[in-house]
Amino acid sequence: MTADRLAALPAIPRDADGPVFREPWEAQAFALAVRLHEACLFGWDEWAAALGAEIKAAQAAGDPDTGETYYLHWLAALEKLVAAKGAVTDAELADRKAAWDRAARATPHGEPIVLGRELQAP
Amino acid sequence: MGHDHPHDHDRQHDHDHQHDHHHGHDHDHDHDHDGSALSEVALRVRALESLLVEKGYVDPAALDALIETYETKVGPRNGARVVARAWSDPAFHAWLMQDATAAIASLGYTGRQGEHMVAVENRPGRHNMVVCTLCSCYPWSVLGLPPVWYKAAPYRSRAVIEPRSVLAEFGVTLPDETEITVWDSTAEIRYLVIPERPSGTEGWSEDRLADLVTRDSMIGTGLALPADAHPEAAA
Repeated sequence: MTADRLAALPAIPRDADGPVFREPWEAQAFALAVRLHEACLFGWDEWAAALGAEIKAAQAAGDPDTGETYYLHWLAALEKLVAAKGAVTDAELADRKAAWDRAARATPHGEPIVLGRELQAP
Repeated sequence: MGHDHPHDHDRQHDHDHQHDHHHGHDHDHDHDHDGSALSEVALRVRALESLLVEKGYVDPAALDALIETYETKVGPRNGARVVARAWSDPAFHAWLMQDATAAIASLGYTGRQGEHMVAVENRPGRHNMVVCTLCSCYPWSVLGLPPVWYKAAPYRSRAVIEPRSVLAEFGVTLPDETEITVWDSTAEIRYLVIPERPSGTEGWSEDRLADLVTRDSMIGTGLALPADAHPEAAA
C-alpha cells in the first residue's frame, strides 16, 4: 500500500502511520479491497470512484459522516463492484450470508464456525 | 448471548511443575448453552470473503498477511492506559481487581460485545497468560486486533499444555518456582493481564508508564518493557 493510493481515497480513517480500524471486520474488508485490486479485478481509481459514490449517496441520505460508518460504505461499495465485475453475484452473496448465519447459530461458543455445520449429524 | 448463564470465574489451568496437566480440558459443559451469533456486517464480510477465496480471486494467506500488518491499528489500545492507571493509583488498582468491567468502563473503554472483563495480576512467583483454546475470544476493545498467532492452533493448544516453552519462544524466561496460570477466555469473560511494574519507574506519569505496556504483556506472552527501553529514556 503506498501512501499515494490511500490518499486517493475519500477521507480514510488513519493516523500518521496508515489506516486505523475500529473493529476486526473493517480490517478484513480493507484487506479484501486491496488484494482484489492487486489481483487486477479493478483499478484503484475505479475503486476510489465506487467508494466515493457510496459515501456521497449515504451523505445525501443523511449519514452524519463522522467516520463511524466509513467501512459500512466501503463494504457496500465492494459488494457492488464485485457484482459489477461478475466475480460474485448478489444472489450468491445473499445465499452465502444466510449459510454463515445458520452455521454460526449452530456452533456452540468456543468452536470454530464452519460452513455446513448445521447439516452435520450430532 | 446467554447472559444469565452462570460464570465460573475460577476455571483456570494451573501449571506448576508438580501438577498433572491433563485434567480434562472440558469446554463443553459451559459452552453448549447456545450457538454463536455473528453481526449482520460480519456475516456480509464473511460471505464476500469466502466466495472470493473459493473462486480464486484472493488468497486467504495474503489477506491474513495484510491484516497482520495492521494488527496494532485495529481498535483502541486502551489496555496500556488501564495498566498504567492501576500501577499509579491504588484505589483504581483495587477496583480493577475487584470489578474490572466497571473500572475499565470508568475510563471510557467499553466492549462492543458486552463481554465481562477480569484483570489478573502478575507478581513475583505468579505469572498469568491468556488463551482461548478453541477459538480466539479476545478483548479487542482494550487490546486491539488479536495477533495472528493468538488465533493459531499451535498457540491455542500448546499454551495450556506447555506454557513455559511457549513463553520461551516469546523470549520470556521465568524463574522455575514461578507458577504460571493460563486463563481460558470464553464468550462472556475476557482476561486482561496486569504485568508487573518495571523497576526504576517510580514517579513516572501515567502517559510515560503506558509506553512500557506492550500488547503481549497484557496477554501474558511478554513482560512490560524495562524503564530504560522508554523512547525518552535518558541517554
